Amino acid sequence: MANRKHTFVVAGGLALLALFAALWMVAVLPKMNRTAADSLGMGDYTLLTTDRTPFTEDSLKGGPSAVFFGFTHCPEVCPTTLGDIAGWQAELADQGKELKTFFVTVDPERDTIDMMQEYVSWVPGVVGVSGPEDEIKKAILSFRVYAQKVPLKNGGYTMDHSAFVMLFDKKGRFVQTISYGEAFDTAMKKIDALL
Amino acid sequence: MTQLNQTTLIAGLLLGLATTALAEDAPKPIPFPPVKQGGGMNHMGQMEQMDHGNYDHGMHVAEIVGDLEITGFYSRETLPNAPVAGGFMTITNSGKTDDRLIAASSDIAERVEIHEMAMENDVMRMRELPDGLSIPAGATVELKPGGFHIMFMDLNTGLSQGDTVTVTLEFEQAGETTLTMPVAPRQGAMGGMGGAMGHGGQHGHQMHGG
Repeated sequence: MANRKHTFVVAGGLALLALFAALWMVAVLPKMNRTAADSLGMGDYTLLTTDRTPFTEDSLKGGPSAVFFGFTHCPEVCPTTLGDIAGWQAELADQGKELKTFFVTVDPERDTIDMMQEYVSWVPGVVGVSGPEDEIKKAILSFRVYAQKVPLKNGGYTMDHSAFVMLFDKKGRFVQTISYGEAFDTAMKKIDALL
Repeated sequence: MTQLNQTTLIAGLLLGLATTALAEDAPKPIPFPPVKQGGGMNHMGQMEQMDHGNYDHGMHVAEIVGDLEITGFYSRETLPNAPVAGGFMTITNSGKTDDRLIAASSDIAERVEIHEMAMENDVMRMRELPDGLSIPAGATVELKPGGFHIMFMDLNTGLSQGDTVTVTLEFEQAGETTLTMPVAPRQGAMGGMGGAMGHGGQHGHQMHGG
């Protein structure tokens, strides 16, 4: 019968564990995520914009903004996203509204500020952002985006990277993302909510 | 011991059930980019539906090499300073032998590679196809934005609408053929490029090239 007692102890322990797990999920996790989301974009990175102004966490404050990460050797996603942004910016301009937009490179090795300047020049409201590799790394961590160098067989490389646009309110707090290929109307709704 | 194991199992199941049920009731955390949600494989299937990117000009021309017919070939306008461009086409193998696109070359680029792009959980991934692209007997394979494509690497010059790109494709069975691809306008970017041209709904469904 000692065996049976043992069983009760084990079952009791597991029940307690279940209670803790449940509490964790209901009470603690959402709070942690909220804090983490609020801190998105916050960090001690110092980069340079194609306007030759510094890009830091303070750049996200003082007005709503959009940030996306990419690179100029990007086959489809970045040009298409810039095309989408051009559409949003045209609509915002019609309404007399403004959304500052930052295109941050995940490939500082190849994307110099000069190179990015022309690349984004045709989209009003968009500035390119580059800088030293370790500062870019800091920014990638601060925004919690994914960026990974992928070697190609000829010795070159490409970058896998997060393909969404991140939206921040005028206080610099992360609000939500616009996914790659998201319809114009839903994207505009998300942007309007910021303004 | 058997009984102990049974009880442990039951307790474990209960724990699983309890946490699952509670988790579902829990308030949804703020959508948070780095958290990968299981089962969200947003693979090419979705892109395929959204894209209708074939450019008309190439479509009227068919290039025949061996058992292969190549149609709808085109490239796209590049952004200022963009060092790369994509090439797209549809290849139909009406023969009885599997074939494979193994290499491509063009004088507009240092190299031409065969790639596959995929979106996974909001991350764009691009892969070189080291063994080339399989064109099975009886199959039609589409190279299009957001999926398979040939990629012009280290462009010698930017591409503008109205230009043409000459590219030589090498197939394992069918051999070599040379195509002259028209350069299509960049989809969806037109409105933005023109500044005042674009309005509302016009942008809604056209920029999902992948």
